[in-house]
Amino acid sequence: MTPDPVNVPQSVWSQYIYQALKQANVGQVAYVPDAGHKSLIESCHADSAITTVALTTEEEGVAMSAGAWLGGVRAAVLMQSSGVGNCINMLSLAEECRFPLLMIVTMRGEWGETNPWQVPMGHTSARVLELAGMIVYQVDDAARLGAEVEMAAQMAFVSNRAVAVLIGQRLIGAKRFE
Amino acid sequence: MAPPPALERREAVAALLAGRGDALVVTGLGSPTWDVAATSESPLNFYLWGAMGGAAMVGLGLALAQPSRRVIVITGDGELLMGLGSLATIAAARPANLAIAVLDNEHYGETGMQASHTACGVDLAGMAAAAGFPSTLTLTSASQLSHWLPVLQSGSGPVLGVIKVAATQPPLTVPARDGTYIKNRFREALLGPKAVL
Repeated sequence: MTPDPVNVPQSVWSQYIYQALKQANVGQVAYVPDAGHKSLIESCHADSAITTVALTTEEEGVAMSAGAWLGGVRAAVLMQSSGVGNCINMLSLAEECRFPLLMIVTMRGEWGETNPWQVPMGHTSARVLELAGMIVYQVDDAARLGAEVEMAAQMAFVSNRAVAVLIGQRLIGAKRFE
Repeated sequence: MAPPPALERREAVAALLAGRGDALVVTGLGSPTWDVAATSESPLNFYLWGAMGGAAMVGLGLALAQPSRRVIVITGDGELLMGLGSLATIAAARPANLAIAVLDNEHYGETGMQASHTACGVDLAGMAAAAGFPSTLTLTSASQLSHWLPVLQSGSGPVLGVIKVAATQPPLTVPARDGTYIKNRFREALLGPKAVL
């Protein structure tokens, strides 16, 4: 059997993201739950300096992030790749108003996916986001994750851009349904 | 029994915002944006011209960011219907300083006055109450509206009021339409000149 290349556990790499969000002074985190974001969501909820809000659908987070910026607070939105499609029209808010938007997307439907229903959205997430005006960085190496989120946040909040960091299944691991 | 006469939307919005003080206002696309521009223009208004279904959630992000300020969302029935899940999200987040006023004309005014779901009995105040909003009300008269104003302005939120208004289209009053300008104008007025550097 081929050895599993995923060797950094989520409890470790999630903290690279968390520290980058803290470094960027993010004060609101909105999320639709994903197994890949489990540790990060727990860290955000445990942090009294971050207002952490569960959403019913991902587009709510795009709008909430805009409201946070109007009020002088930096926000991040966490989701799974299947939620990317739910955001599309709401991304016009970020594009037209040049709102900073920092999306952290855990990928499904690519590398090693065993649930075929995840493939259509996962396979197109990066292209869909780029077509909607976002700048997209895919990260497949845990060692690069902290720097990628930190630079994405810098570009979002200082250059007023919508930036998505896609965390690949090479990093997360591919869930097996067998 | 005949339904009570509906309020005129411009008069209702003028009454809602006459005593706004330093409240921050977010408007849903279409007629609510025109109504607020016509009656209570301010740099502390964030006018949505699109992003349908997002007004209440823009309000939530703003309310959580500015807990010492009142945040008032003025939107329409069709706009809120597109973001019904946000009622659950807002109820769960429970921002005490957020109030939502829905101008419910039971129609999609910008697209040809097609009937909306509220014309078929969908009860937006009831849905907000079921989601867990501590304060909800449907208002159908000027006297109800005036009695509700203290709740809108300072009731412990999240508050949602559905104001039944006539399906009329008052003269178009168009505010600034460039989103980046509206955003920067708002941030400068709220946060000071450094916020737009």
